[in-house]
Amino acid sequence: MFNRSFSISRLPGFTTIAILVFVMLYLPIAMLVVFSFNSGTSVAIWEGFTLEWYPRAWANEQVKDATIRSLIIASTASVIATIVATMAALATTRRKQTRGQTFVYILINQPLMVPEIVTAVALLIFFASIKVATGYQGLGYLITAHAAFCIPFAYLPIRARLEGMDLTLETAAADLYATPWQTFRYVTLPLVMPGAIAGLMLAFVTSLDDVVITLFVKSAGQDTLPTYMLAQIRRAVTTEVNAISTLLLGLTVIMLTAFFLLTRKRN
Amino acid sequence: MSTDSDRLERQRNRNGWLLSTPALVLLAFGATGPLLIMFVYSFLEPGKYGNVIWEFSTKAWFNVFVQRDIFDGTLSPADAHLTILWRSVKLSLMTTIFTFIVGFPTAWFIATRPPRMRTLLLFLITIPFWTNLLIRTFAINQIIRNEGLLNTLLLKLGIINEPLLIIYSDFAVFIGMTYVYLPLMVLPLFASIDRFDMRLVEAGYDLYASRWQVLKRVIVPIVKPGIISGSILVFIPSLGAYVTPRILGGGRNMMIGNFIELQFGQGRNWPLGAALSVILLLIVAVALVVYVRFANRGDSNV
Repeated sequence: MFNRSFSISRLPGFTTIAILVFVMLYLPIAMLVVFSFNSGTSVAIWEGFTLEWYPRAWANEQVKDATIRSLIIASTASVIATIVATMAALATTRRKQTRGQTFVYILINQPLMVPEIVTAVALLIFFASIKVATGYQGLGYLITAHAAFCIPFAYLPIRARLEGMDLTLETAAADLYATPWQTFRYVTLPLVMPGAIAGLMLAFVTSLDDVVITLFVKSAGQDTLPTYMLAQIRRAVTTEVNAISTLLLGLTVIMLTAFFLLTRKRN
Repeated sequence: MSTDSDRLERQRNRNGWLLSTPALVLLAFGATGPLLIMFVYSFLEPGKYGNVIWEFSTKAWFNVFVQRDIFDGTLSPADAHLTILWRSVKLSLMTTIFTFIVGFPTAWFIATRPPRMRTLLLFLITIPFWTNLLIRTFAINQIIRNEGLLNTLLLKLGIINEPLLIIYSDFAVFIGMTYVYLPLMVLPLFASIDRFDMRLVEAGYDLYASRWQVLKRVIVPIVKPGIISGSILVFIPSLGAYVTPRILGGGRNMMIGNFIELQFGQGRNWPLGAALSVILLLIVAVALVVYVRFANRGDSNV
């Protein structure tokens, strides 16, 4: 009976399952990374270490094109999303909840609730008629779509940041004859900044990773890195895709670590 | 004084609307507005080479459930569509249940570690959550494909003589979705277990409850909000999954997401695709309403 407290945190089998889950969660990704350095083309038999797949992937014009396009879309869309999300967050926090605000809140989070495939199809329909009407085929459609679904990802960390903010600071600034702009520039903005940067990073990663919406919205020849990879996966030899995946993984891990450090400082 | 602050409050609210405008306009063009247009499209005639003809028609909605025989014009249930719908719901439910079965012990394990360890483990769960879904599905593909790691290993060990044909089946989709959506189950479960007061378990044991009774009568009712959010978070994306069934599922064993895509590609039936999308949206809406109901009820109990 004396080891009763011991059993509180250790329900039978829970630890085993948990450890298995962690192993299973990382094993496939680890294998993917390991086999991007395989000198053979197999994804199961190790034939020796090589780095050749990385330069080979980069030498592929399509990969280079898709990478640049992905980066252009992700950076433009995430900046737009962060700016409009910051404005919206300033508007919807720090005051009494009204019905109008709840409505805004639901609209902003709408991309999180609607299945991606449905949004993708709706955008395909909408943009198809605009393409016919205007003749414009450029990246504008992809940037609009990405910026829209990135809004909630940018909005949530900014909102979290603003909710913890001391409102009296702004009142104090106003009492000291700061203009509304000065109050915003020298008081509110510096306080919001960590949230905005965190939001920007989440938006960037979200945009960079998107497959489904991009696949439906893009015009011919507008492959991004994920849509290019999707087209390659069913091929027999996919080592090049392993290399690209590894690089994307690395980028995500770096961004996430930065995000964690940034949001943790607050506490 | 109070009128002054009232005026300030009103001005703030007005500014509030102005500040929200850019986000709302962007969402209207890039998300919400197109959904309404899609709804309109589901009531039109399909064009010969894709797109639509602007004529009112309820044929698409009709065709979702019923099909007309091309020879004698008799009506019968649209088996193909119903099979795909049922497969999607079934696979999504299986995924939800299985992620819960393995996710609950994992969340419990994380919540009962010392703080430092807990932060690390949480971070380890979060990384896959933010990692490209395509890459994670691709990683599973490489493990279970016929000449993949699993088969190579089992063949070498002499456990099997022929490769297991796992990939391009419903089972492969189930494995993939479980793998991909597991973090979405663990994170909300952790959040609710973390708030749970472990002394309650102790109290249960002191009152001679068995382990099973404690789990059922004490733990589960209290972490229920987490169970519900986790289930919703897994069920909704599973139901609308497109990438995972495309990479791991067979060409014929489609889920609804892939079937919708087909209508905009080779199927050339945009209204049918739009109608199916609206149905998917409705199922999600129902799931969300159920969630809100349950979550609120849980709150009023506490």
